[in-house]
Amino acid sequence: METLTDNNWLLTVGAFLPLVGALVMMFWPKDDESGVKTIGIATAGATLLVGIYTLIKFDYGQSEKLQFAVDAEWIEVIRSGYTIGLDGISLPLYFLSMCVTFLVMIYTWDNMPDAGNPKAFYILMLVLQTGMAGTFIAQDLILFFVFFEVVLLPMYFMIGVWGGEQRQYASLKFFLYTMFGSAFMLVAFLALFFQTGAESFGFATLIDLGASIDRDVQVWIFAGMFLGFAVKVPMFPFHTWLPDAHTQAPTQGSVILAAILLKLGTYGFVRIAIPMLPEGAKAWAPAIGILAVIGIIYGSLGCLAQTDMKRLIAFSSVAHMGFVMLGISTLTTFGINAALFGMVAHGLITGMLFFVAGSVKHRFHTLEIRRLGGLLIQMPKMGWILGFASMASLGLPGLAGFWGEFPAILSAYNPNFGLSEPLFRTLMVIAAIGTVLAAAYLLWLYQRTAFGVPSDEFKGHSTAEIDAGHGADDHGQAMAHSLSSAANADADTHEHEEIKDVQLTEWIAWTPFLVAIVVFGVYPQLMFKVMDPAVQAMVETLGKSLG
Amino acid sequence: MLAVNFLLLAAVLFCIGVFGVIARRNAVLVLMSIELILAAVNLNFVAFAMMNDNIDGQVFALFVIAIAAAEVGVGLAMVLMIYRNRKSIALDGLSEMKG
Amino acid sequence: MLAVEDTHAALELSSGWFLENAWLIALIPAIGFALIIGFGKKMPMKGSEVGLASMAASLVIATGAGIQWMQRTDSASHGDAEAIGGAFSGVRGALSASESGQVEPYIEPVVTQWVWWQNSGLEFGLGSHIDGLSVLLLCLVAFISLLVQVFSLDYVRGDRRYTHFFAALTLFSSGMLVMVMSSNMVQLILGWEIMGLCSFMLIGHWWEDAYNSHSALKAFFTVRVGDVGLLVGTAILFFGANDFAVANLDSNGFDIRAIQAWALSGEGSSWTLIMASSALFIAAIGKSGQFPLHTWLPDAMAGPTPVSSLLHSSTMVVAGVFLVARIYPVFWEGFNIANGGVSFIAVIGGITIVVAALLAFVQDDIKKVLAYSTVSQLGYMMLGLGTGAWLPAVFHVFTHAFFKCCLFLAAGSISHSGSHHSFDMKKDMGGLRKFMPVTFGAWCVSTLALTGVIPFAGFWSKDEIIDNVGANGYTFLFWVGLVGAALTAMYMTRATYLTFFGEPRGAAAGIHHDDAGHDEYATEFREVVISSTDLVAALPKSLSAAANVPGDDIEHDAEGDPAHGGHHADEHDDHGPHESGKLILFPIVILAFLALTSGFVNPTPLAGDALGANLGEGVELLKKYVEPRYEPVAIGEAAGHAGESIQLLELAPLSAAEAGADGKDAYATGCGRSTPEPGTVCFFPKVKHAVPELSKILLSLGVVALGYAAAIGFCMAFYKNKNPRLVGLTERSRIARGGYLFLKNKYYLDVLYQNVFVYFVSRPLAKATYWVNQNVIDGVVNGVGTSGKKAGNWVYNNIDQKIVDGAVNASGTVASETGHGLQPVQSGKVNQYGALLFGAATVGAIVLVILNVS
Repeated sequence: METLTDNNWLLTVGAFLPLVGALVMMFWPKDDESGVKTIGIATAGATLLVGIYTLIKFDYGQSEKLQFAVDAEWIEVIRSGYTIGLDGISLPLYFLSMCVTFLVMIYTWDNMPDAGNPKAFYILMLVLQTGMAGTFIAQDLILFFVFFEVVLLPMYFMIGVWGGEQRQYASLKFFLYTMFGSAFMLVAFLALFFQTGAESFGFATLIDLGASIDRDVQVWIFAGMFLGFAVKVPMFPFHTWLPDAHTQAPTQGSVILAAILLKLGTYGFVRIAIPMLPEGAKAWAPAIGILAVIGIIYGSLGCLAQTDMKRLIAFSSVAHMGFVMLGISTLTTFGINAALFGMVAHGLITGMLFFVAGSVKHRFHTLEIRRLGGLLIQMPKMGWILGFASMASLGLPGLAGFWGEFPAILSAYNPNFGLSEPLFRTLMVIAAIGTVLAAAYLLWLYQRTAFGVPSDEFKGHSTAEIDAGHGADDHGQAMAHSLSSAANADADTHEHEEIKDVQLTEWIAWTPFLVAIVVFGVYPQLMFKVMDPAVQAMVETLGKSLG
Repeated sequence: MLAVNFLLLAAVLFCIGVFGVIARRNAVLVLMSIELILAAVNLNFVAFAMMNDNIDGQVFALFVIAIAAAEVGVGLAMVLMIYRNRKSIALDGLSEMKG
Repeated sequence: MLAVEDTHAALELSSGWFLENAWLIALIPAIGFALIIGFGKKMPMKGSEVGLASMAASLVIATGAGIQWMQRTDSASHGDAEAIGGAFSGVRGALSASESGQVEPYIEPVVTQWVWWQNSGLEFGLGSHIDGLSVLLLCLVAFISLLVQVFSLDYVRGDRRYTHFFAALTLFSSGMLVMVMSSNMVQLILGWEIMGLCSFMLIGHWWEDAYNSHSALKAFFTVRVGDVGLLVGTAILFFGANDFAVANLDSNGFDIRAIQAWALSGEGSSWTLIMASSALFIAAIGKSGQFPLHTWLPDAMAGPTPVSSLLHSSTMVVAGVFLVARIYPVFWEGFNIANGGVSFIAVIGGITIVVAALLAFVQDDIKKVLAYSTVSQLGYMMLGLGTGAWLPAVFHVFTHAFFKCCLFLAAGSISHSGSHHSFDMKKDMGGLRKFMPVTFGAWCVSTLALTGVIPFAGFWSKDEIIDNVGANGYTFLFWVGLVGAALTAMYMTRATYLTFFGEPRGAAAGIHHDDAGHDEYATEFREVVISSTDLVAALPKSLSAAANVPGDDIEHDAEGDPAHGGHHADEHDDHGPHESGKLILFPIVILAFLALTSGFVNPTPLAGDALGANLGEGVELLKKYVEPRYEPVAIGEAAGHAGESIQLLELAPLSAAEAGADGKDAYATGCGRSTPEPGTVCFFPKVKHAVPELSKILLSLGVVALGYAAAIGFCMAFYKNKNPRLVGLTERSRIARGGYLFLKNKYYLDVLYQNVFVYFVSRPLAKATYWVNQNVIDGVVNGVGTSGKKAGNWVYNNIDQKIVDGAVNASGTVASETGHGLQPVQSGKVNQYGALLFGAATVGAIVLVILNVS
């Protein structure tokens, strides 16, 4: 594969700069919390600047080629090289990971989880960032695997140390489950390497040689990779670590988990499993499609049964990643493009939802849906943001979520390479019904948390509701009376801190998310233009071996 | 036999050293006694080296001298610290290692 | 401001600035929305001025586009005249003779678009596709939206979310405009869903009350169920039409024109077309409130009245009708309308007309009567589209918008000034004609228009639909249409009587609700709606929440419309009914005027003659300017570039043969009746137009008159004279009671949906799924973990601890005892250690010596 090697220092710097920051932070006194935070944010900011420079330098006319490529020796003994590069498929995710880390760090400035110790927290986030960025730029299986696993550990600690009440269970489950998948994945990688008799672990080599493997062998190797990636996505029925991990993780962990970590799995399918094992992919595609659609319906039904806001959002991830996997399983350019768009969109939207959930938890100390209510009265802006994110999440056109969902559903009508049309068309219809369920659980959530009046428990703790009560209309006055009387009555018994609307750091951290959701929703070409040529090239290669 | 003389001298030195180590309570004197023992050992090394026409023994003697120097340095430092802490360098009082 | 007049009028179709920049019509309100949301609260009029200004700007551009479209159409006709003379130099239209003998080439729509997204190397556009249909609706939507916003200025003044209200209203109009001008299916979906969002926001405008938010949820959710069809249908169309579109039209399978052309090209299999049209029609059922998904529309009355009026006249519900009208060729071919196939659309339309009209009889809420009336009228539109009466259906969209909007605004005016924010006709109205003469007048005009009395607007359109249904051979549906007309007359008479005649009751009589009565009413109302209509049934948690909402907090909302400003207290000092203010009456009067006159845009010539006015040919403006011509177009030319008017090639006059043929044969060939010649494409099927007959017109008028007579008689007997045989009939007669309850419960459809479907999905199914998740799937995971742990424990306890560690422990024990024995040796005294050391060394040396010696 042709590669462009201009500016090839960019990716290395982008990936390892956070580690440098983490190193500096290690020698910084632990007590100087704001100093630690500043270093963390500055590092992430510098990394983001590198990312922006990468965006500028990226040659969009040749997005199907690997750019900024480096091919250096690394572990000669096992023929693994330090091969990195960026193309249209990985660029959006690579950049997204940088943005998300940066914004999450800003959010953390004021919203440090209860367990404290920002130094360790920021170091973990920086290490995580290296792992994530590295995974997206790696062009060598071993390198990919290393980065893929590097991500695990910081997340394990984030959940295990800063998590909720059941953090031990959740973090261990997350870690073990993912390790379980990775073990199979590693075996599959090695099997692929030895079966092809390749000279190196480089992606390009393996894509060239992989197709020559016997079909049955391909199916088995694909099965191994499938396990590894499917756990990460997570696909039904390997998803059960996700609700626990999300529910227990601190807000920052949930956001990063939803925004980036889940994408490592789907990215693995697109980048590794499918191009390297075309026959295996074809054999597995119907199964993936079926599991994806089960995931959509199943995740949605799971959402409807939830009583906890954060757990509901976690389950919705299962459903949304189902759409992504459905797109991938069609093996069409259309579907894979949709999947890639869906990954970014889901990252932004679900990340945003988790932010809101975190802030609600921070203020109300509960996420139980039945206890919440009247968010729009107590925190109008937060309520609006929640509504906005919900609407984006249910796939409203004009917002980013639509462009992952709609083309994915569409692509299932016409799967590639002679995959069964009746099957995939049935899947399409079921997936479309899934959008109805998505509307159901999200609106239901919104109606119960944002609409209505605040429950007695939390009445009168917000500045906003009193302001609203002073409106001219008599209805508002009636409410103000009832609320202020409630507030007086409660004042003695309750000692809740005042419930504040969206704060400054929250605005700074969230605005880019909100803007991106709108911008990509209104003008999706921004991203499709980058991805489409790369995906086309990939599917074309696939077509060569599958006919 | 020349060598026998050397060996006898070494034996005498060794015995004096052993006596010092066992009998004296002053830590500095104990250290000095240990030096005596080492000197005896060195003497033996050199003597045997001459006897066997082999240079290995002389090399070992050099090593021992070097290590002895280090040992005295560390030992004296410890003694100094012990003195600072306890205002005494009597070994009787130092029974923290009692099992 | 006027058109950039095309200098080559004789050579090609004229275009113009307004036509090519029509995208501004939708963009301006969208920007307006952003401005109101961003800065509305700080503005002097709290953002409403932005809404009004943006709608006014849209209206100006839309009108300009309309005028230019007419010029464009005219330019084609003029061109033809010259073209005939000057051989091939004129407009390269397919010259053929139409029924009237005029030359009518296909008028290319003006398409302006930009790349919006790409996939698989195909670029998909976003832009405007302006033809007669879209121009008509653009003007209509902009106009109605403007009037509704003017009305709202006064109506929702002082509302606690005044700014948000205007923002949502503006976005709502923007969504409809985006949809109406959409050049491709994805853009259509965009507009479609924006409207869904706004309906959610607006119906749930007073979301403090659980009933309102449930209604909003229900509206969005029901429409979303239909949207499954939209997604699926779009997918089918895309992959069906894409190859054809890429090969022939240089566009893609989302493009509206490509879909139209493909459907008529005969390339698509009939299965594909049937599936696509069925799927898309399901979407239309959801959006346009057709049976059996009409149940959300009456609940949508929970929103403020201006919203109801906008939603029911020109936006939202019309979207479904527009979808069918826009890609009519798909339905035409899919349901085989050309050959009189009994289509899904027509059947659903027919059912809806009657079913909804019957429901309107048992409503006490004036807005709900109008809501069901809308459903019923939408049934007419669908009936028309389903039977090949394209133009009458579109015409009915046009006229219906005016009189239905007027009726809703009048209802709003009544509640605002006459009945103290109540919409209950039986409790709080009656005799209002004396207090509100203007409102009453407008209401009457609109009612007459709605019921189809000559010469009001509704007559021209509705009668044309019924007439064409009959003429196209659907005799049964023709009678259904007539029965529907009679029913319309009856329920509207009932509503009018209850509202404006008889003795004033409740608030209309100046009796202000005292708190006790109010509470009772509010509670009763809430119980009714909760038990039967909203999603509460499915979501019991919310039910208890809703039931626990303190009454005094929401009583106004529960009544349906708490839109009353702070000024209302002053205004209602006397608590008596009175006429509304100018800002409210102004839109109502304008709309009433249009309800009277708008039918003359496209009057049936014969009926005009019957009326005594010799209207002659060419008065059917919509037929001339809105209905697309059915002439084939050469492929090479049709694949024009965006933004340019596409030129027509000289073609063999395909339909020339029909010219001389008589009525029926005239339709034997032509677009949609036979596949187009190779190298040509069609964009619109050749639809039939009924030849008006005086007898049919008299028949329908007679039926309406009969309906009026029966209803007036009934009202006098039942409401005024309290005829003992009628009063209490529902208590005495089983059949009557059964029928009444059946209607009162809306055919139990809501019960079916909510207690069965929604309940099943949201409770047992969701719970079961979650149970499976937690116990089976997660159980396996945890089981693996637990058994791993158990295996570990067993190994640890039995092997590690007993065998391996046993050995270790044994050695440990020995060591420890030895240690105890040696403890005294460890005195801690260096000297002693030294002594021991040397002693041992000595002993060792002695042993060595002895060994060596011996």
